[in-house]
Amino acid sequence: MGLLDVIDLTVEFPTRRGTLRALDAISFEIAPGEILGVVGESGAGKSLTGAAIIGLLEPPGRVAAGQILFDGKRIDRLSSEQMRPLRGRHIGAIFQDPLTTLNPLISVGRQLTETMQAHLKLSDRDARTRAVKWLEDVGIPAASERVDAYPHEFSGGMRQRVVIALALCAEPRLVIADEPTTALDVSIQAQIIALIRNLTQSHGTSVMLVTHDMGVIAETADRVAVMYAGRIAEIGPVRDVVLSPGHPYTQGLMGSIPALDVRVDRLRQIDGSMPRLGSIPRGCAFNPRCVKAVALCRQERPDLMPAGATLAACFVAADLAATGRV
Amino acid sequence: MFAFIVSRILQAIPVLLIVGFISFAMFAFVGDPVTVMLGQDYTEAQRVALVAQLGLDKPFFVQYGNFVWRALHGDFGMSYRLARPVGGLIAERLPATLELALSAALLAVAIGVPMGVFTGIRRNAVLSRLFMLFSLVGVSLPTFLIGILLILFFAVQLGWLPSFGRGEVVQFQHWSTGFLTSSGRRALILPAITLGLFQMTLILRLVRSEMLEVMRSDYIKFARARGISQRSIHFRHALGNTLVPVITIVGLQLGGLIAFSIVTETVFQWPGMGLLLVQSIGVADIPVMSAYLLLIALVFVTINLAVDLLYFTVDPRLRSGGKR
Repeated sequence: MGLLDVIDLTVEFPTRRGTLRALDAISFEIAPGEILGVVGESGAGKSLTGAAIIGLLEPPGRVAAGQILFDGKRIDRLSSEQMRPLRGRHIGAIFQDPLTTLNPLISVGRQLTETMQAHLKLSDRDARTRAVKWLEDVGIPAASERVDAYPHEFSGGMRQRVVIALALCAEPRLVIADEPTTALDVSIQAQIIALIRNLTQSHGTSVMLVTHDMGVIAETADRVAVMYAGRIAEIGPVRDVVLSPGHPYTQGLMGSIPALDVRVDRLRQIDGSMPRLGSIPRGCAFNPRCVKAVALCRQERPDLMPAGATLAACFVAADLAATGRV
Repeated sequence: MFAFIVSRILQAIPVLLIVGFISFAMFAFVGDPVTVMLGQDYTEAQRVALVAQLGLDKPFFVQYGNFVWRALHGDFGMSYRLARPVGGLIAERLPATLELALSAALLAVAIGVPMGVFTGIRRNAVLSRLFMLFSLVGVSLPTFLIGILLILFFAVQLGWLPSFGRGEVVQFQHWSTGFLTSSGRRALILPAITLGLFQMTLILRLVRSEMLEVMRSDYIKFARARGISQRSIHFRHALGNTLVPVITIVGLQLGGLIAFSIVTETVFQWPGMGLLLVQSIGVADIPVMSAYLLLIALVFVTINLAVDLLYFTVDPRLRSGGKR
């Protein structure tokens, strides 16, 4: 059993035209200290999974079925007020856009001490000392002076460092990082990823790293979950998913990363686009775009099955693995 | 910061000069004070003497210069109607209006802001719907009707509160206050509610829509994700971010309350400037009207300056923006 166990999690949005199923029975776990990368196209349900775990689904979205267990205890049925002591203290979150995630009217030091004092018994002075320490740890220069500065006085990259400090300052055991580098300059992205990796490693924190950047995943994650249309298409150790993916969708994703040493005239891509939630085809959601689809793929929806070193939701990959022909 | 204040004061000077010009132009072009003051029986000699006494025989710009010069010294001429210095008349009435306007504004903020926060957070609660219904009534009912209805219920039917006047007042130097006597406070209640109701509902609606907006923002979501308490999220994180537009509106409305408490003062026969203005307009008492105009311009300019200064204390982004 992991630190986090997600079992058959289903998230639905009731709308006037009927219920949309945004997450369809997804299951995965995160072990203590592990970094799980979650990749997929926009709308695949990556961020939604993170929001469901931390209990911040936007209404009318709701967990319709399944369980979320943190440290063996169910957290998906907790009220907002019961969930509050867990947020920040046990499960932290890093959001995408550092320009909008910090309250513009409150100094960064105040935001840090407020977060720590919401969870830990700390005197004002101790909290302030820790706030400065955290700003140093995330690499803010002259932290003892900058602690009283306001968010607008920091650059985007620096603000994301502050966000990371805020997410980690109450020392959670799991951090959900929702596209932490998407809004940043490319030159800063690597620094921020390294910072997240180093800080969580030294504190033994597990990370769920949501991104659509395969490069980031390949460098950082221990395991990867590939999501497609509200389901997990493939999950496994990062090396295997990157180097020998079983699911045709993962293969397509990996194939679309251009190699540096080969000249190509045209970048490879997966034809078509991900189906909208209301019009997911019968059978495997990927079958209309899949070059390997067989008749069964249009009839039945595949569950995760062993496909080499990974688990893939693909009849073809499972069949190949079972018959030994690769 | 200091430079900002100075520049704002310098900007205010042309505004006041222009308003001064308009208010002076009323002397020259509106009505004929001489016939009003002389009544029906007068001789030509009396008329000429009065025209000379009022300075109406001098060229236009000389009259304007004199007007500005005298206004700077607090001399706004004599009331045609009451034959007393206008400055003294207004100074006498000012405390009543200011006390009424401040009470109304205080009432509006003290009730409107919490109601706005509540309806913004619990959008679908029964109480929120009631508040919104109430605000619709407050926005749409005209002031005089509210005043008359209040008088009907609380003064006539129930007999709890006085229907007119200011009650007993206590005099300090030039300031007369109704806050210190029980009859003064009782007399204040109905007019303050009448005057403040519209502002209250306006603030309620403004705070509500700002709260709805802010509660959807990323930093509120992030504050939730950090386990910050509901209370702190609502009142520190969210309310703070709604304050800039609210301060702007409240400031302008306070100016409006002082300037246009005319209807309320008339309904309640409140001895303030509004009542004075209405009575003066009735007989074309131009010195009073023009002095009133100038005073109101001064009030608005002052309040705008105060509002600008409040922005600085509320929003740190402006503070450092000024430094750079």
